[in-house]
Amino acid sequence: MTGNETFTIVAALIAIGGLGALFGGALSAASKKFAVQTDEREDAIIKILPGANCGGCGFQGCAAYAHAVVSGAAEVSLCTVGGAEIAQEIAEVMGVTAGDVRRIVAYVRCTGAADSERKYDYIGLEDCFSALNSIGGGPLECRFGCIGLGSCARACPYDAVTIESGVARVNRELCKGCSKCVTACPKRLITMMDYGAKSFVGCSSRSKGAVVRKLCGTGCLGDGLCAKNCPGGAISIVDNLAVIDYSKCDGCGKCAEKCIRNCIEFAPPVSRVNLLP
Amino acid sequence: MNNLFYGGIHPFDGKELTRYSPVKILPPPERLIVPFQMHIGAQAKPQVSPGEEVRLGQILGEINGAVSSYVHSPVSGKVAAVEERLHPNGRMELSVVIDNDGLDTPHESVCPTELPDPSDAGYSAAVVEVMRNAGIVGMGGAAFPGHFKLQSGIGKADTLIINAAECEPYITSDHRTLLEVPDEVLFGVRTLTRALRLDSAIIAIEENKDDAIKVLEAELRGASDIKLRVLPTRYPQGAEKQLIQSVTGRLVPPGKLPADVGCVVFNVYTAWSVWRAVCRGIPVIERVVTVSGPAVESPKNLLARMGTPVRNAIEEAGGLKAGVRKVLLGGPMMGNAIYNLDVPVIKGTNAIIALFPYQTREKDDNKCIHCGRCVSVCPMRLQPLYMYQNERADNLDALRRLNLNDCMECGSCTYICPGRVNLVQAFRSGKAKLRAATQ
Repeated sequence: MTGNETFTIVAALIAIGGLGALFGGALSAASKKFAVQTDEREDAIIKILPGANCGGCGFQGCAAYAHAVVSGAAEVSLCTVGGAEIAQEIAEVMGVTAGDVRRIVAYVRCTGAADSERKYDYIGLEDCFSALNSIGGGPLECRFGCIGLGSCARACPYDAVTIESGVARVNRELCKGCSKCVTACPKRLITMMDYGAKSFVGCSSRSKGAVVRKLCGTGCLGDGLCAKNCPGGAISIVDNLAVIDYSKCDGCGKCAEKCIRNCIEFAPPVSRVNLLP
Repeated sequence: MNNLFYGGIHPFDGKELTRYSPVKILPPPERLIVPFQMHIGAQAKPQVSPGEEVRLGQILGEINGAVSSYVHSPVSGKVAAVEERLHPNGRMELSVVIDNDGLDTPHESVCPTELPDPSDAGYSAAVVEVMRNAGIVGMGGAAFPGHFKLQSGIGKADTLIINAAECEPYITSDHRTLLEVPDEVLFGVRTLTRALRLDSAIIAIEENKDDAIKVLEAELRGASDIKLRVLPTRYPQGAEKQLIQSVTGRLVPPGKLPADVGCVVFNVYTAWSVWRAVCRGIPVIERVVTVSGPAVESPKNLLARMGTPVRNAIEEAGGLKAGVRKVLLGGPMMGNAIYNLDVPVIKGTNAIIALFPYQTREKDDNKCIHCGRCVSVCPMRLQPLYMYQNERADNLDALRRLNLNDCMECGSCTYICPGRVNLVQAFRSGKAKLRAATQ
């Protein structure tokens, strides 16, 4: 090896090494100088949150919610997926008390589609919005009922909604309360309910009783039997439909017992189909 | 001839079933259901009450605003009810139920109109008035109020096109009208031409109607005020914007009307209705309906009163064959399926088509393979495959960018699609999504 070659190698090492050191130094200086100020609480909250990015809190994903909590724009207890536990952890980070976290779950206010009258066989795009846009406002005779094409089931990030015998059902244990199914349903049949609620009116039809009787096996006739038999006076009939006032309902189940149409469900089971283990 | 529109398809046309069958008068049934909504625009205002005696041609529904139309009684008899009945669009719409007395006693308003001299300044207004009072709408199927179209074309239009293309498979109602009453149609065409203050009109006809072309050529020998334009057969030649392009070479810009490029297009049957309203004083109370399709026992062209249940028309044509799967109002490309045969015939009903299962899409595969054949046939030069993708993904911005609202739902893309994707249905629901988003 001649001296000239050695010099070439050493010179290259020095030049490249020197450039590396220079840029490294510049980058580290820049990262100090132009550092974005973040609240470490925000990072801590992002770590605590489930990371489902479901939007159930009303913000665009978990990071946005964490930011909102830190900036004081949101309560600590809005994460529907995490429930009380997560709310407690976030409250610890923020140094506040979590308060009561109400667990909410979705409920489909229709039970009848399996035996309800249909106008025609629907063959087309498998989603509820397109079906409702086709002839005569969809294949179902009942204007209010679930057509069971599963737009809600596809919208659910937790597989909590299934179509069982032609009508959507929510598995209350799997439901995290993100409300995605509520907006996915073009008939707005799904509402969010308190997890503790016991009695549910499984019908949304505001048609007259005679019409409902013709179209559906389980539709609410609005005859008021449930209202008469409710000991707490929690049920009223609004537009031919029973409505439960949950502040008065004590969950006795009399209404479901007396309903001749079986449209009031009392403490619905987890699901009507057997779940895989 | 290089004006012809882009794309298009050549479906099996099936016109042989009815093109030689003369129009037969369908006796009016005992009970008719006349909806107040037989046209595009505002629903007519009810003018009769149950129990009232009505006469043929009497006004049942009053015109309601500029884009609307009168509704006349198709028979004489007694109003049994004014209630919501099933409409061909599948929903319940307010209708008059009339018990026919079988006498067809005309109302005193049914009398020929004395039009002023064509050189007179009031001629156009008089024709518009006749069309308005006779409830004439676009009889090709869309049912856009005719008086409004004529009014908006006066002074603006330099070309009047009479649409005799009838590109939808199976339908021959305009074809038979041209063959049987060419002189009356031409009278209507001349009336419209003069009302628009034009020297000549163009009748655009597809070359598959060779007998009608011969009849028209004989009628028009020596005449200079009506030109006959024979176009190659291709679907959707009869769509308004495509017809304008084929005849004049002009393109209607997105969101604009034919009048904006100086064209007015009327259907053959509309022209005939004008003749009838002017010379006989009879408003639109009946129309030629093609009852056809392989699942109809003996396909026919029938002259049916408005409000005649579809069931009666089909029975007159021998009834349905066993194994029928689908009954459509309108042609197989753009017609609407009905699920109850008791819906009435209305002004836009140019055909009743019954199909067997092998002609309907029973399997729903919905697999787009990105072959792009839909792009090559779309007469509006849209990109159906991307529109479909973005509609499924609810990407409304992309739908606006792809000009979804220019889709006229002609069904060419769905017809050609090897993946059997329900494209048109997706576009309909996409349009509904856009409407919902802008509200």
